[in-house]
Amino acid sequence: MLIFLARRALLAMLVTLTVLTVSFMLTRLTGDLAIAIAGPQASQADVEIIRKAYGLDRPLLVQFVNWVTDAATGDLGRSFFYQEDVTKLISARLPVTLTLGLTGLSIAILTAIPLGIIAAMREGTLLDRGIMTIAVIGQAMPSFWLGLTLVIIFGLKLQWFPISGVETWQGFVLPGIVLAFSAIPALMRLTRSGMVDALASDYIRTARAKGLSRAAIVLKHALRNAAMPVVAISAVQLGFMLSGSIVIETVFSLHGVGYLGWEAIGKNDFPVVQSVVLFLATVFVVLTLLADLMNAALDPRLRTQ
Amino acid sequence: MSAALLEVEGLRVGFGNGTQAVRGISIAVARGETHCLVGESGCGKSVTSLAVMNLLARGAVRTAEGIRFEGREIAGLSEREMGKLRGDAMAMIFQEPMTSLNPAYTIGSQMAEVYVRHRGGSKAAALDRAAHLLGRVGITAPGMRLAQYPHQLSGGLRQRVMIAMALMCDPKLLIADEPTTALDVTVQAQILRLLQELQQELGLAILLITHDLGIVARMAHRVSVMYAGRVVESGPAAELFGRPTHPYTHGLLACVPVPGKIARGEPLGSIPGTVPKIGPGYSGCAFRERCAQAMPACGAGDVPGREAGPEHRYECHLGADWTARLATGAAA
Repeated sequence: MLIFLARRALLAMLVTLTVLTVSFMLTRLTGDLAIAIAGPQASQADVEIIRKAYGLDRPLLVQFVNWVTDAATGDLGRSFFYQEDVTKLISARLPVTLTLGLTGLSIAILTAIPLGIIAAMREGTLLDRGIMTIAVIGQAMPSFWLGLTLVIIFGLKLQWFPISGVETWQGFVLPGIVLAFSAIPALMRLTRSGMVDALASDYIRTARAKGLSRAAIVLKHALRNAAMPVVAISAVQLGFMLSGSIVIETVFSLHGVGYLGWEAIGKNDFPVVQSVVLFLATVFVVLTLLADLMNAALDPRLRTQ
Repeated sequence: MSAALLEVEGLRVGFGNGTQAVRGISIAVARGETHCLVGESGCGKSVTSLAVMNLLARGAVRTAEGIRFEGREIAGLSEREMGKLRGDAMAMIFQEPMTSLNPAYTIGSQMAEVYVRHRGGSKAAALDRAAHLLGRVGITAPGMRLAQYPHQLSGGLRQRVMIAMALMCDPKLLIADEPTTALDVTVQAQILRLLQELQQELGLAILLITHDLGIVARMAHRVSVMYAGRVVESGPAAELFGRPTHPYTHGLLACVPVPGKIARGEPLGSIPGTVPKIGPGYSGCAFRERCAQAMPACGAGDVPGREAGPEHRYECHLGADWTARLATGAAA
């Protein structure tokens, strides 16, 4: 178990380092940052001053090592645009992003898993096909359209939920639903296919031969074995929700980390861009690590490998 | 109360695609005896065993004139009622020891669960019984095994665990579907010996499904030979091995090499062809295309059931003395 943990942790660090390198290189590839920061009216002398001030005149490797060592101690630099510490900018937006992502994932899991189980238990019936059709429709629906539709119906017509902002918890409901919709089809399909396989397996036949209740057969014996890919994909989906909710954050005027990154790209605010990429990469790495640990808890075979 | 523990009458199993896997068979298993269901692959043995437990996969349709267990009609029982019998008075073990245990739970948890389900009580008490039974089926350090997962055990050990698990609630009937087919020969022998010992000790009735006539000769008190969904010959083991009467039984026995009876280099017997798939409207004897004794009457209609001796029945147009007549005919 310890070896398993150590190996996963080492892998996670390597992945993070790779992402760091790539994001650093990519921001450098977009052009001369000093010119970009100085703006179109700046003179050659201004550009040189900025180049020196931001340390852009030093060799790339030195810049990289400096940035990584600073990042490792929690110093992500200052935003060019906001003139504030990037760490502060991100942590200010983190609660919104986290709440939104977790709400979305919870809604997705609570909807997708029961539906997937029901579809698997009724495999091949009209109910199964109905559920899977909804999944396809869900997959095909663009989230900005769904978001706007929900805003019109539940925000403007029925006025059940606020149309923007997150001053109260109700503000998270509509964006949470929209986020969940992006994850539900995949989770539902995985649950269904995992359950179909599990329910057809020999150990389920054994469980039935033991006279166990239907609930024990489905929820204890089948679901546990079907859950592993679902856990893995849930982690990835949560990663997407935490990072890729820019569209939803725009529609619902929520200022989360994704929105911050998107703004920063437009403004060439490269310390923010790099840091958001680093943050999201870390989120993915941590989530994947968590999923691995959960799967090891679910499947004893993984623990002894 | 009738003498037999399990009586199956007129059992039929069909599948959605029209295939008829079991076509009106009757089997009786007496208390404390081993009844072997024998035949080659695809003749309906496993389907029969699953049908008795009502464990057939979805899409299979089971009908029966009667399935009686301890004199009680169980063919019409609901899934819930049947669930009370399964794992309790009637238990089952399978051909695939490697995959028949749930990989995600410990041996102890899987064994305790069936006891708690049927007998109630604490998990600790159930685990005590599980440890006792693991010892009984010849597993050393049972306390340690309880905490292990299936993947940490060999195939032979897993089959022993399956047997111990089947015994948790003191069943009266154990259905064993090819329990040793997937195991090494030495392990096979150990498992068979274990089943025999348990039978004597616990008075267990065993319905043993196998294609291996060596196992039948060793284990069976009574034998039913299945072919294409019918029981074509049945009787006490000694009777049936002494005077095999159906041409198919003959053929099966000719396929077994007997040291001393068969010379080195002499070809082993074989039955040409394969078991036919039986669809709706099939008529006549299903064995006729592979039978050396086939005659025009075999082509259509029902095959008559005949007696070859006390409790020794077979289904064929040939009289019971056909082998003798064949021998004199060949001599003349």
